[in-house]
This record gives sequence, structure tokens and C-alpha cells, in this order.
Amino acid sequence: MSQQRIPAWVTVIGVPLVNILLAAIVSGFVFMYLNISPIDAVKTMAYGAFGSSYGWGYTLYYTTSFIFTGLAVAVAFHASLFNIGGEGQAYVGALGVGLVCLLLGGKIPFLLLLPLSIIAGGLFGALWAFIPAWLQATRGSHVVITTIMFNFIAASFMAYLLVEVLKPEGSMAVESAVFHEASWIPKIWELAGTMGIKMQRSPLNLSIIWALICSVFVYFFIWRTKWGYEIRSLGQNASAAEYAGINLNKTIIMTMLISGMLAGFFALNVVQGEAHQIKLSLVNGMGFTGIAVALMGRNHPIGIVLASLLFGFLYQGGGELQFEYGVDPRIIVVLQGLVILFSGALEHMTKHPVENAYLKLSQLVGKQEAKGA
Amino acid sequence: MKALLTLAAATVIGMSGAAVAADFKPAVVYDTAGKFDKSFNEAVFRNGAEKFVTETGIRVREFEPQNEEQREQGLRTLAQRGQSPIVAVGFNMASAVTKVAAEFPDVQFAIIDSVVDLPNVQSMLFAEHEGSFLVGALAAMVSETDKVGFVGGMDIPLISKFACGYEQGVKYVTENAEVFQNMTGSTPAAFGDPARGSELAKSQIAKGADVVFAAAGGTGIGVYQAAKDEGVYAIGVDSNQNYLQPGTMLTSMVKKVGVATYQTWKDAEAGNFQPGIKVFDLASGGVDYAIDQYNEALITDEMKTKVEAIKADIIAGKIKVHDYTATMSCTY
Repeated sequence: MSQQRIPAWVTVIGVPLVNILLAAIVSGFVFMYLNISPIDAVKTMAYGAFGSSYGWGYTLYYTTSFIFTGLAVAVAFHASLFNIGGEGQAYVGALGVGLVCLLLGGKIPFLLLLPLSIIAGGLFGALWAFIPAWLQATRGSHVVITTIMFNFIAASFMAYLLVEVLKPEGSMAVESAVFHEASWIPKIWELAGTMGIKMQRSPLNLSIIWALICSVFVYFFIWRTKWGYEIRSLGQNASAAEYAGINLNKTIIMTMLISGMLAGFFALNVVQGEAHQIKLSLVNGMGFTGIAVALMGRNHPIGIVLASLLFGFLYQGGGELQFEYGVDPRIIVVLQGLVILFSGALEHMTKHPVENAYLKLSQLVGKQEAKGA
Repeated sequence: MKALLTLAAATVIGMSGAAVAADFKPAVVYDTAGKFDKSFNEAVFRNGAEKFVTETGIRVREFEPQNEEQREQGLRTLAQRGQSPIVAVGFNMASAVTKVAAEFPDVQFAIIDSVVDLPNVQSMLFAEHEGSFLVGALAAMVSETDKVGFVGGMDIPLISKFACGYEQGVKYVTENAEVFQNMTGSTPAAFGDPARGSELAKSQIAKGADVVFAAAGGTGIGVYQAAKDEGVYAIGVDSNQNYLQPGTMLTSMVKKVGVATYQTWKDAEAGNFQPGIKVFDLASGGVDYAIDQYNEALITDEMKTKVEAIKADIIAGKIKVHDYTATMSCTY
């Protein structure tokens, strides 16, 4: 349509921002319908999510969870595999992390235990992704179908283990015993306290560092390694990739193992970092939200970290709305849905108008500059 | 970053100062079933929170967690905001209360159906076995087949306590009666599965049961519907559920969690918050069977005299109702 080139920042930053703005405007109408002033609602959400060390501790805690599940989905996306089994992989990853903490907590030093729990979480998550991957590679069973079915299997499997094996004697709630204190991942507020900075108690823990390390790892893995190249080739054109000598089956399985591993790390944050016990349905749909995070973040680690922050804000700020106005807690789902609708499904609705606006604006600026000269 | 942290620290100090000066700020955290479950949580809402607000005009903060994790966050946020006392509804809250109450030793907590042994926590326990004994006795009086059913929610000692009391009540009236027992599931989802409740009730009715008692929260709705469809009696639980299916609801085993919640707030407001275990039994009116305009036609005067006599005997200690949770078995 236009001969002029559109700079990358317009598409990468401008379009998502406009999308989020549109979602915010529509959310505003929802609030007006609920008899809540949209301005007050935004204030409440912003204060709840960032107004205190308690608020942003929770926001970043959720962000950490979303980074893990978002990265998991993104890695698979690059091979055009739609892994919607993050929910189940994270849940089974929790089993790995939990078993290490339950069996070794207090028996070996934390610095020895942490690598083991990281490995166990990743390994269990990867194993849960392996079966769908293997079926896809060798049998052609579509990974969308198998991963979603594996979510149900994971839910039943974990419920069985919690009720029959992990539930301590005399307890009625479906959850494992609390881990030994020596196996807990240190909280940020505690660390800040030892450095003389006073912070309110919040679940934010050191897993966020691991989440950021994983983001860097995913960047290098996808764009700077031979395996990443194979994954992207498979994703863009499977027949061409095969013709170029890439082993498709091997690549599918490798991609899904990495994807499952990242989802499994989710448990470090939620189980070892915060709950300190395996609880029933601890993933709470965050595996599914990871899909939205990856979509919004354009499958790029930087985008995913930012999208995770946005969803962390929606989660924490939305919860605050519930406290303040007593609105139905499902309002958070409505807000998320609007963000996903505008930035995922209706992305192209705003793409051209925003690009055109940029072109018009730059022409205008160009003309004025020409006049000035 | 550091400036931000200091700013945050300043807010903390500012907030804790405000919390001390604040007046009476009660709060309640419901369980995941939600406050309109027509049963357990709704009893806390109708007879506790709603009543307290209309009578005193004091705002009660409410929180309905959507999942396991939010239970703890809800408690912590309320405590952080200086709400006290905070009532936690249901045994599922036990681990969350244990953690958060330890973090906030100055905030008063109360938990229903569980014991949390901390100096700032009140544990409210109910004698469900005694109330269930009464409705069991009533069930046996109306049963023509001498077969009655029990549909439990989650398979835990607390629900077995209902089942065991019910069975004793049935057999007290009709010694050779048969009691069919089914549990809906092993996770909290079992308290919100009316479809399965209906199936279980239907299978018990097919085996000959003509009264079905549901101690299953939201699952009970399906049980009462099945009983109505099949033309047999059902017994409600926790709230007075007689109005749900008038004509086939024989009675309800009411567990006055709302009254207990109300009382806890009243006590705390007067400065008499009592930590430790508080038991609500038949004698103190914590559990009972319900008669109202929806079921008075079903309970004859003769039945009423009989069940009142049993009630007096239990209170007087002449009838000893075995508590399942005391021995973790139903041998009496």
C-alpha cells in the first residue's frame, strides 16, 4: 500500500499500546455499567498493584508465574506447536519440586537443594510434555488435542496423589505437608530486611531472578543456537526444514521438552517460593494465561516479560477491585479477556490505522521540515 | 529502585499507624463455593454478616476466594488493612489461617470447623453428630421402607461425622433400618457438583431409600431435586433449606455458623474476643433441626414430641451420640 517503510517500533510498541488503550476504554464502559467510576477503578487498581511494597510484591509474584508459562508457550510457538498443556506441565512440575522439598528439606543445605528442585521441576514438566510430543512426532496425534487432554490427566493424577499419598494424617484439606523451612526459596522482603530496607511481607521471592535468567536463555536458545534455528525452520516451513536436513521428529520432541521444562519451573515460584506445600489445583489457570501472555508478547522474551507484568497488574489490581467495591471477582477474567481480544484476536484491526497514522504524521512532519528548509 | 523502596517503607509505617487508630473493622473470608451457595457459606452471610451490618451499621468486609491461593491472599490483605476479627469459613482455610495468623499476632482470627492452635485464633467447632442424630431420627419415623440414604460431599472425617450421627439417629428409632452412604468425591469440588449429587441420590432411591440426607454443600441441590422428581423426602443441611423444594424437604439440619460468626464479632466489639476452641452443640443451640411454614405439614405432632424428647435426652446426656472424629470410626 505504502512505499514508505514503517519502523519496527510502531508495530512492536505502538500497536500493542493502542490495543491495550482500546481494551482499557471498553473496560471503562464495563465499570460504568457496574456503577463504578472508571477513574476510581484505575486508581484502585494502580494503587493496589504498585502503591505499596505489598502491592507490587504481589504483582511481581504473579509476573514471575506468567513469565514461566508464557515462555513455555512461546518456545513451542516458534516450532508452530501449540502447547496448551502448560497447566498440566506446571502442575506435574509442582510434584517434582514438592517431592525434592518434602524428601530432602532440612536434610541437605538449601544451596544444594535448590539446583535439585530446579532440575526436578523442569524434569517433571518436561516428562509431562514428552508423551504428547512423542505422539505428535511419531504418530501425528495433534499436540493441541493431546496436551489439553494431558491437563485433565494431570489434574486427576495430582488429586489422587494428594488425597491418597501426600495428605498428612489427620488433615482434611487436600494438600501435602508443609515443607521444611530450610527448603523455602528466600522471599525478597526478607532479603531486603537483612540489607536494612523495610518492605512489607509479600510472596515475591528469588524465583523472579530465575524467570529472568530463563528469558535470556530462551532468547539465546531460539535466535543464537543451531537448535533454535531448527525450531524456527520447522515452525516456518516444515517441508523446507526437512529438505534442509533437519530431523523433524527430534526437533518436535526437543521443543516440547524445553517448553514443558519452562512450565515446570512455574512450581518454583508458587510451591517452593510461596505456598511451601503442594495444594490442589495450584496452577489456577495460569498455564492458560501463559498462552495470552505469549500472544501479547509476540513470542519474544522481552515482550513476554512486559506482557507478564501487565497480566500481573491485572491480577493484583483486579483483586484489589474486589476488595474495594465488592464486585464479582470474575471481573478480572473480563479485563483479561478484553486485553486478549484486542491484542490477540483484533490485532489487525488497529495495525493498519496505526501504521497509516504514523505515515500521515511523518509526511506532515516531513512537509513542515521541507517548508522550514 | 532504592528511592522506591524507601518510599514503600514510609507507606508501611504510615499504614501501621493508621491501623492502630482504626475502629472496629470485622471481615469474613468465605470458602471457594461462594457466599451464595444456599448452604454453608450462605448461612454465614445471611445470619452473620448481613445481620451484623443491618443491626450495627458497621461495614463488614467480605472476600470470596476464587481458588486455593486466594484464600491466603485474601486473609493477608484483610489483615494488612487492619481488619479484625477476620472469620475464615471452613476447614479448607486451616493452613491459610495458620500462616497468616502467625504473621499478624495482633489481628484476631476465627475459623469455622477446624482447630488452629494460636493465641489470636478462635476455633469454632460444631456438634454436627448431634444435629444429624435428630434428623436421622425424623428420617426413620417417616421412612416406610426402613431404608434411608446419605449423600456426603467430600470424603473427609468432618462429613463422616454427619453420616455417623445420622446413622445412629436412624437406628435409634428403627433398629434394623438400612442406611446407604455415598460420598461425592475427594476434593473440594465435591461440594459443588449437583449433577453427581442427583445421580447418587437416584441410585439410593432405586435401592429403596425414601429419605435422603445431603451433607454436601452445593451438591445437595441436585439431591433435593432428585428426591422431588422421585417423590421421596430429602433433608437439607447447614442453612435452613426447607424452602428449596417445599413438600419434599422433610427438614434441615441447621448448623448455626452465621449465629456463631455474629456472636464472635459482637464479643470482639465489646472487647471480649475469646481465643481457643469454642464448641456449639445442641445444648447451646449451635445445631438443630428446622421447622418452618414449608415443612410443618410433614412433621406430625407425634413426630415432633418424639424428636423433642430425643433432643432433651441428648442435652441431658441420656443419649450419648458417638462423634466420628473422636475415634475416626463409626463404631458405637
